[in-house]
Amino acid sequence: MRLNAEERAMLRGERGEPVRRALELQLEVGKFYNARRFVPVTNVHMMGDIEVMGDSGLDHLCRLAQAGARCEVPVTTNARCFDFAYVDRLGQDAGEAAKERRLIGWLRQMNVVTTDTCINYQTVYQPHFGERLAWGDTGTVIWANSVCGARSNFESGPAAMAAAMTGRVPEYGFHLDPHRRGTFVVEVLAEPKDYAEWGAMAKLVGESHQSYFAVPVFTGVKRAPTADELKHLGAALASYGSMAMYHMVGVTPEAPTLRAALGGRKPRGRMRITRADIERVFAGYRNPDNSCNFVVFSGPQQSLLEMRQLADLFDGRRVHPGTTVMVTTANGVLSAARALGYAQKLETAGVTILEGVCVYILQNLTRMRAANGWTNMISNSAKIVNTITAHKFNTILRRTHECVEIACTGVFR
Amino acid sequence: MRRDRVHRRIPVSGASVTIRVNRAFGPVVEGEAVVSGEGFSPRYDLDRWSGVITKRGHPLEGVNIRDKVLFFPTAKGGIAAGWAFFDIKAKGLAPRALVFGVTNPVMVQGAVFANLTITEGWSRAPRECIRSGDIVRVDPAAKTIRLLKRGG
Repeated sequence: MRLNAEERAMLRGERGEPVRRALELQLEVGKFYNARRFVPVTNVHMMGDIEVMGDSGLDHLCRLAQAGARCEVPVTTNARCFDFAYVDRLGQDAGEAAKERRLIGWLRQMNVVTTDTCINYQTVYQPHFGERLAWGDTGTVIWANSVCGARSNFESGPAAMAAAMTGRVPEYGFHLDPHRRGTFVVEVLAEPKDYAEWGAMAKLVGESHQSYFAVPVFTGVKRAPTADELKHLGAALASYGSMAMYHMVGVTPEAPTLRAALGGRKPRGRMRITRADIERVFAGYRNPDNSCNFVVFSGPQQSLLEMRQLADLFDGRRVHPGTTVMVTTANGVLSAARALGYAQKLETAGVTILEGVCVYILQNLTRMRAANGWTNMISNSAKIVNTITAHKFNTILRRTHECVEIACTGVFR
Repeated sequence: MRRDRVHRRIPVSGASVTIRVNRAFGPVVEGEAVVSGEGFSPRYDLDRWSGVITKRGHPLEGVNIRDKVLFFPTAKGGIAAGWAFFDIKAKGLAPRALVFGVTNPVMVQGAVFANLTITEGWSRAPRECIRSGDIVRVDPAAKTIRLLKRGG
């Protein structure tokens, strides 16, 4: 890779050992992908909490902070594994919670803004067209690339932290025009009506084209999708397909036409999504013991408008005895939801609202599952239906109103 | 039938089996191969406290990845995997190498951070020439994977 004078100085350690090691890590990743140079970034979003990092990651952060590491560009944090108000009620480990508090302290010492949200693009920072970023959480990256026309690769925790310290990333993948062009076409013959249906469509597209460099181009979408619909579509594409970008003709900024989205190239394939295809996704889930005592609205965190929808659906109802319903959202959204009365409606119905977390990364989730007798997790998020599986859940995707119905009646449909 | 055909293509001695990879990072390692037909995420599929693949229905469900050379066609998800390799290495549960048909930057960043050998792309499908239990050598500088010994 070609390095400029500033980068060569970093490698000589002139900006300290943490920066030198950060650039070395980025250099190896850049070499792996044949990057030619580094490019500056203006915003970093990183995932860092004790559940994903473990003790070794905490030690790493501690060493960085104690060595005087500071972030050069604004850095926000992704959802974490504790809502400290719920540690006891969820049966989480107090020792791990203490580590999480230390971890947050180290991050703040390094100038990190601990926002604890995976919907930074709906709550904190909206990048402009062409802006270069180093974002973590796959859902945030696919949003930035697809909906904003900004440029980011998946930057996992250590890589995002490195970008925050050096202020740059190796230029490969979605920083480069050729990788941003659509690679295959998805003709949408159905009209997805619920977040779960957008997610189901993404599951079909992602599972059948698993590749970071696969870029679907959706055509035929009959009405302008909402931000939350695109959120669920993107999060699920990233989860099932490991994808970082999609185009939607007439909707996303790099797809005014199909031809533009493909960059003049021929698509490597075409697929169709029909109503029957979407129905088959929902019919494909099994419920071996017919239990339905864990219903989740999370992964991604809920926007204010999703909170309002849930408040309307739960209004005047009660969660079935023995059933747990979790909703996760960001601090700012929850604050607004309280001011508007949405949170009170949900809590009156018996819904647990967790702040700053995502259910699938909750500390102690495997034991929490066993202790509560949760065999199935039911959600309207196709992403979390996929991501939570290492905790041995059987997972079932259902539409939003169906999830609420199951939660309030205790009857699985 | 199809499986029989695949097995017939695997040479008995294996002495000449070499796979070339497109990209690679890390030290030269040798270890027991585990060959999967399904992709992998250390977050979705793995219990990071035991090193055992726990995702229900994964072809490798119940397999411990410690010290293995893992062959996966694809990487799945997920940013959280970036810390995971460093974490499982610190716990003594890390594989020797990760060999992907197609991977994503998270796996690469995580492997580089943990100084774990990782490769992407292959000149021939491992399922056609390497079996789980075989001993293989991964040489990132030479961009090769060589079969050293057939498993039992």
